[in-house]
Amino acid sequence: MKEKIPRQPMPEQAPAERVRNFKEVPLGYSDETARLEASRCLQCKRPTCVDGCPVRIDIPGFIRAIGDGEFLESIRVIKLTNSLPAVCGRVCPQEEQCEKLCVLAKKGESVAIGKLERFAADYERERERLVITPPVERKNGRVAIVGSGPAGLTAAGELAKMGYRVTVFEAFHSAGGVLVYGIPEFRLPKAIVQYEVDALIKLGVEIVLNRVIGSAGTVNELLAEGFDAVFIGTGAGLPLFLEIPGENLRGVYSANEYLTRANLMKAYRFPEYDTPIARGDSIAVIGGGNVAMDSARMALRLGSKKVNLIYRRSRVEMPARVEEVHHAEEEGVVFHLLTNPVRFIGDEMGRLRAVECVRMELGEPDESGRRRPVVVKGSEFSIDAEVAVVAIGNGPNPLIPRTTPGLELNKRGNIVADEESMKTSRRGVFAGGDIVTGAATVILAMGAGRKAALAIDKYLKTGEW
Amino acid sequence: MVEAPDVARYRRPGQFIMLRVDEYGERIPLTIADVDRETGTITLYYQIVGKTTEKMSLLGDGEYIKDIAGPLGHPTEIKNYGTAVCVGGGIGVAPIYPIASALRAEGNRVIGIIGARTRELVILEREMKEVCDELIVCTDDGSHGRKAFVTDALSDIMEAERVDVVVAIGPVPMMRAVSEQTRPEGIRTLVSLNSIMVDGTGMCGGCRVTVNEEKRFTCVDGPEFDGHQVDFDELMTRLNTYCEEEAQSTQEHRCRLEGGRH
Repeated sequence: MKEKIPRQPMPEQAPAERVRNFKEVPLGYSDETARLEASRCLQCKRPTCVDGCPVRIDIPGFIRAIGDGEFLESIRVIKLTNSLPAVCGRVCPQEEQCEKLCVLAKKGESVAIGKLERFAADYERERERLVITPPVERKNGRVAIVGSGPAGLTAAGELAKMGYRVTVFEAFHSAGGVLVYGIPEFRLPKAIVQYEVDALIKLGVEIVLNRVIGSAGTVNELLAEGFDAVFIGTGAGLPLFLEIPGENLRGVYSANEYLTRANLMKAYRFPEYDTPIARGDSIAVIGGGNVAMDSARMALRLGSKKVNLIYRRSRVEMPARVEEVHHAEEEGVVFHLLTNPVRFIGDEMGRLRAVECVRMELGEPDESGRRRPVVVKGSEFSIDAEVAVVAIGNGPNPLIPRTTPGLELNKRGNIVADEESMKTSRRGVFAGGDIVTGAATVILAMGAGRKAALAIDKYLKTGEW
Repeated sequence: MVEAPDVARYRRPGQFIMLRVDEYGERIPLTIADVDRETGTITLYYQIVGKTTEKMSLLGDGEYIKDIAGPLGHPTEIKNYGTAVCVGGGIGVAPIYPIASALRAEGNRVIGIIGARTRELVILEREMKEVCDELIVCTDDGSHGRKAFVTDALSDIMEAERVDVVVAIGPVPMMRAVSEQTRPEGIRTLVSLNSIMVDGTGMCGGCRVTVNEEKRFTCVDGPEFDGHQVDFDELMTRLNTYCEEEAQSTQEHRCRLEGGRH
């Protein structure tokens, strides 16, 4: 019976309209739609979906509550293990996690777990606003969290709930890490991030902005000055570039810079806000991940007439979420697949004018298991572009590794941490998120933050390393 | 002078801060001229070249700058080189001053050269005099000190005595000229670059420069580099990225064509 109700779509802003604004694209479920979607859940005795969730949310539990119309109960269940549900409901790759393992997915369409999570979180934030109070029972122990992205915020929240004194150090003038500088407003409204940060403050977490640990004080100094444990969640670092000629021309950006200007610095509201961003009629975005999709969609909203997305493999190898690729296409991003840039071409003023590319074809599988793209000889052609955004990933940030003696790094420069306890090679120092794994997802970083919080609790209670 | 106790506490010569003047402001890098650890204050010098510096000039005593983060970047490598010439052009005298002071304290013979277009733009002359064994002041129009460019003064010194290190901070053309001057002699020459930055902490990659044919990041690899290895042409080009926008932003045509430090 239950399978007969189709998966409920979430209404969205129409493509032609949304490319002219920065508002969120999916609009959310109504109460009725949410309950209808929730009714599709089979309430499995042994729910496989939970195995797909890095923070192991009681998925059938929160969906049952939505089905019963007990929306606040539903968010309570989610928040037992996930401190940022409004964020996860929007940016988690559910189709590769919980929803992929949903029993209904085998026969058709999975329950829209992510959309329901978003509904529950939005319900609480928009209509009820649960009162948050710091825990009555305080524990001995002070914890420093370096970085206020998904890993840091999660670790901070969990530790504060346990009763520890937590201080978060953030290098930027605003907390949230990649949630504020990287992910655009149209995918994750900044008011939501601020709401989650405010919730932490209400829990008693102290947030110190504009403080660059590794440069203004070191991890050693934190430990010497009264912190009993340190969690490093500094995230993605220096952007990778293609290392091809012309990459330093005016108008060539890393995605980090492009998105930070647009999102954190609000360059999309220039000149009301002072930070400029190069706009052009024609723009090239290089890469096939979510960050590339965000950059391309941002460029459309900044007024580009033609946004070219250049990716060296084919569509199936794209690391971006299907939903993001779909949104980008709907909005008019032009995909140049199996295409690789070889040179940026500039004018006499050093401004970008075009990207020279070659066609690629897929050869034998490489170490990632995906078929390796190989250059088609003599296939050079060029794509006009006044702005290019290179979105091919990040290396680690050097500031903390450089100033923390004895901190073990892998060959790429990422911090080595135990997969379960997030312990590093330094006693009392834990690490998680992109600084450990290299560029990954928000939810994996949150999972790491949560595991670290549990391990820090254990360490502070027992003193055992 | 700004109260910023964390910066004052940790800063060493050669480092910089990122500053956002108000909620609408850009993040801009500024070098730190001086700190007072007792009072937790730092001294910044700036030239009005854009909207942020214009807004800063309008702030009165006791008013606030929204955000300051730092210190950032590698400090200058301070050691006893022998004879050190510290060349500061325009607002570049501000970052040169603490470096000259530290080099002197380390036992170097320190010769200072400071230059400006005209008398009114000469800064920190008295302070530089105090920390240098010798100080030469140059103005382009001869209204104060020698009517000369800093490179003329440097030539004279190089002819007169052995120079072991030169630190040059100022407009890009000046740093390039100084580097070209010392290159044939093989004199170690440090320049402090003022690339475009957004975060200043090793995340955005906007400050990339080509040094010795490699991509380096001014914020975490610099801001000081070997002047003989820097691609100054590329730096100048990149500094002009937002000419049009800056003009729009300040409602005036004040392109930083000479690439002057903020």
